[in-house]
Amino acid sequence: MSFMLGITPWPVLSAILWIVLITAALYLIRGTAHKTIQAATGSLHRSFKIASKAVTRSEKNLAARNRDVLLAAGREAKERIIEREFDRINETVRKDLANYSALHRSLSESIGRIEKDHQEAVDVPPDPPGWVKAVEAVAEMDAKEGRAHIGSILSDIHKSLIKAHKEAMTAYHTASAKRHKLLRHMRPDWRQIQQTLAAVGKNVDSLLSRSVTIDRHMQEYEGIVHGQDRAISVLSSSSLVNFFVSAFVLCIAIGGATINFSLIARPMAEMVGGTSLIGNFRTADIAALVIILVEISMGLFLMESLRITRLFPVIGALPDKTRVRMIWITFSILFLLASVEAGLAYMREVLLHDELATSAILRGDIGATATGEYMWITTAAQMGMGFILPFALTFVAIPLETFVHSLRTVVGLVGLSFLRVLSLLLRLLGNVFLYLGVLLKQLYDIPLFVPLWLEERMARRAEGDALVGRVGQ
Amino acid sequence: MRNLFLAILCVVLVSCSSETTPRNTGVFMLVDTSGTYTEELDKAEQIIRYTLSKLDATDTFAVARIDTGSFSEKDIVAKASFDDRPSAVNRQKRLFAQQVSDFVASADPSPYTDITGGLLQAVEFLNEKGTGNKTILIFSDLKEDLEDGYIRDIDVQLQGFEVIALNVTKLRSDNIDPREYLGRLEEWQGRVEKTGGEWRVINDLDGLEGLL
Repeated sequence: MSFMLGITPWPVLSAILWIVLITAALYLIRGTAHKTIQAATGSLHRSFKIASKAVTRSEKNLAARNRDVLLAAGREAKERIIEREFDRINETVRKDLANYSALHRSLSESIGRIEKDHQEAVDVPPDPPGWVKAVEAVAEMDAKEGRAHIGSILSDIHKSLIKAHKEAMTAYHTASAKRHKLLRHMRPDWRQIQQTLAAVGKNVDSLLSRSVTIDRHMQEYEGIVHGQDRAISVLSSSSLVNFFVSAFVLCIAIGGATINFSLIARPMAEMVGGTSLIGNFRTADIAALVIILVEISMGLFLMESLRITRLFPVIGALPDKTRVRMIWITFSILFLLASVEAGLAYMREVLLHDELATSAILRGDIGATATGEYMWITTAAQMGMGFILPFALTFVAIPLETFVHSLRTVVGLVGLSFLRVLSLLLRLLGNVFLYLGVLLKQLYDIPLFVPLWLEERMARRAEGDALVGRVGQ
Repeated sequence: MRNLFLAILCVVLVSCSSETTPRNTGVFMLVDTSGTYTEELDKAEQIIRYTLSKLDATDTFAVARIDTGSFSEKDIVAKASFDDRPSAVNRQKRLFAQQVSDFVASADPSPYTDITGGLLQAVEFLNEKGTGNKTILIFSDLKEDLEDGYIRDIDVQLQGFEVIALNVTKLRSDNIDPREYLGRLEEWQGRVEKTGGEWRVINDLDGLEGLL
């Protein structure tokens, strides 16, 4: 600094001289400097713009891929639902309508019986003969006219007829009673017919309601196949819900697995040693973890074999016989492991008591070694947990499948958001550099305001002279 | 997937094959039985029980008496290298505690105090066991009193050992001239640290938390 101010005996003059020199130099290279600034900021602006476009293109590709994944997942899920609905209809038809011929025969028989009974009920016993009244009149006539012989014959006939009438009336009453009895017999048949028809009606209603459900699912399926925006929006939100719900359930399952781990890790030390290490981890801990992971794997295979989940298409595609075998094998392994865990849980309790007793002896507190009366409750509870938790962990397969499927969509959505933000940032940075170039040029010109002002004045004067010259000509 | 499997396999193999330093602890406790110090044996038993409760599977613990000639296996009252299985460890600890109780009940006072011999015995024992951490507990007033003919003017190599003096009681002469007591402590500290050992003194037996 002192050197700069020492080029003349007067520092102020030196400073002024430097200012003039620097300004002159800056003015002389102004054009080049502006071009350099323009080139630098312009290239940065273009680079960021290109990068932003590339990111936008990637974002579009990812969005398309996401859409495809979502639609494929939705299609698959919907197909599964529809397939299941058809299975249910098939089951209903097989179970309830397969015996339709038997039902029909039963109905026909019931109706036949009713018809027969009805026919029998319709048969009316004959009325007493109509000429009885005439005979009565003849009998009366005989008494008036004193025709004793004819009268006695007719009187006999009259008596016989009255007797016959009585017999006919008795037969009539008996027949009526029988008819009523037959009609009474028809009642259970009617009731049976009514019940059968009600059951048929219920089945038909169930089928109808299922057909309505299938119609709805088919409409949604068509929407998915055609890639409608509404379908995508529904699938997307449902995927997010599935993701969070399955993540929550998986967290619970992890909690269960942790408890399971703590139940068997300590007694495992009895089997594999308490201090041996693999890497930085205790072998007993690793062994306990492996048991739990094997249980979860067996649970996954069991669920796959039962066709509840579809994480491994190979298992689902196995022949039914092999699949059933696999169900039994995986279940047996799971059962054995659960039994082993129950045993280990018991061992844990025994070890704990042993350790407590030793500690008490070392403390000199002999009284504390006595075992509590109700300690069997905790032992039983631990054994129960050890046995049940492996089976409970089996059901992890269901949320795991949902989680894996929804994870693809969620990761896609997160990636999409990230790319969108990145694209925006790149565009913003590109614009920042564009305006930074303008700003830098303006800043460069600030110290050159004197020569620039002179230049402008001279330009104006030259312009004025040129105008005067043109007017003079 | 194949690469991942290979990577996991490599990590497991490397972790299995790499030589690991032992992490177990070896403790050798020397209990002074000379003169009136036998009256302090109850405290020693307390410390032994506390130490037992702190030790775990594969650790080693031995208790030896300091008497006229302590550089001898015969002076080891109880010793145990704990098993790998927790249930066996518990059994060993109970047996150890019983042996120590029996010793405390029947210990006779010895006429001389050979601390250096005991220290040599402890170093030899722990080196033989090859434990990761080596601790020697000296339950004594640190007043060495050798019988004529016993040569103990030797440097005990204590590199990697921690020597903890416990319950260093003051003698009557220490009360008259405390420099004796302080001098004894300094002398032992010097001997231990000279050969690379670490030295600590714990006189407050209620604060044994930092013992191991």
